[in-house]
Amino acid sequence: MKVILVIIPVISFIFAVFNGKTGELSESILSKSGEAVELVISICGIMCFWSGLMRVAEKAGLLEKLSRLLSVPLGKLFENVKKDGKAMRLICANIAANILGLGNASTPLGLAAMKAISEEQNSGEYATNDMIMLAVLNTASLQIIPATAAALREANGAQDPMGILPCVWIVSAYSLFIAVVSAKIMSKIKRRKRGEL
Amino acid sequence: MTDYIIPVLTVGILVYASIKKVDVFKAFCEGASDGLKTCADILPALVLLIVCVGMFRASGAVEALTELLKPLCRAISFPPEAISLVILRPFSGSGAMAVYNEIASANGADSFAERVAATLIGSSETTFYTIAVYFSAVKAKKTRHATAAALTADCTAWIVCGMTVKLLMGE
Repeated sequence: MKVILVIIPVISFIFAVFNGKTGELSESILSKSGEAVELVISICGIMCFWSGLMRVAEKAGLLEKLSRLLSVPLGKLFENVKKDGKAMRLICANIAANILGLGNASTPLGLAAMKAISEEQNSGEYATNDMIMLAVLNTASLQIIPATAAALREANGAQDPMGILPCVWIVSAYSLFIAVVSAKIMSKIKRRKRGEL
Repeated sequence: MTDYIIPVLTVGILVYASIKKVDVFKAFCEGASDGLKTCADILPALVLLIVCVGMFRASGAVEALTELLKPLCRAISFPPEAISLVILRPFSGSGAMAVYNEIASANGADSFAERVAATLIGSSETTFYTIAVYFSAVKAKKTRHATAAALTADCTAWIVCGMTVKLLMGE
């Protein structure tokens, strides 16, 4: 990321010189900073409302309910994690928090789950298949309501910010499926290469 | 149908929480101030990123990139105008927001490119960041196939995104 932040301005400068657009470039640097502030202010309302509502849901016990519901399918996915251990409970809570879009709760739960798996499986510097599965699930978007995307659309004056919801569900489902399948397949290939793990 | 989801969730959660005797007001305010904090936290990064993305656009580099990748995008019905989002998405969440904003203002809200960009933001995550954080928490240096599997999924999202939006919402 640090590299990208240098490369983009450098490329922009070179392009601007060649295209004779240095005027626009200068103008954009000065005007865009204000735009960032405007954007944050205009998405802030939805972001606050949504995290408030989700906190209410969490306090009402919906997170726990969902987490219990998930323990069966997740138990199948994480083959070598003990079904009733601490690691499994944390995995379920992390995934449930992701589904509800509780960003601030899901990361600490996920990291605690990683540590619990690592203790349970005595992993050294090599990540185990279950650790990889958890990380990969967290890189897929499990969130049911894409609040940030909706807030961004609202801020830009889209007619129906939630109109993309069916599209988001379909694309997320596809990518989640591929994430799980490729993690499983790749774990088998690598296992064969190194003998075990 | 989508018109019902948000109202039903809002009313449903509030009613359910009151039945469960949750202090709804207190819980909501706690959560909302978390949301406020998130917004405040992303602002400094967003200033730099939006300036960078804006420079990229103003210099004409975006058009060059768009032109270059047009044939590839056309093959999967992906709007070439949104291609910079695909590249930046796995690296940075606020970077993706900056690029989305640029796409929306350049192509118009409710344009095909804008809808695809929003869908992509809603259906993917900051892959590299997540993997780095998760594995450094357990000090696992050899992450084996984690990045490959996660990026395969990201590519899938990119490939199906344009087609899905085209199919459901039109171009």
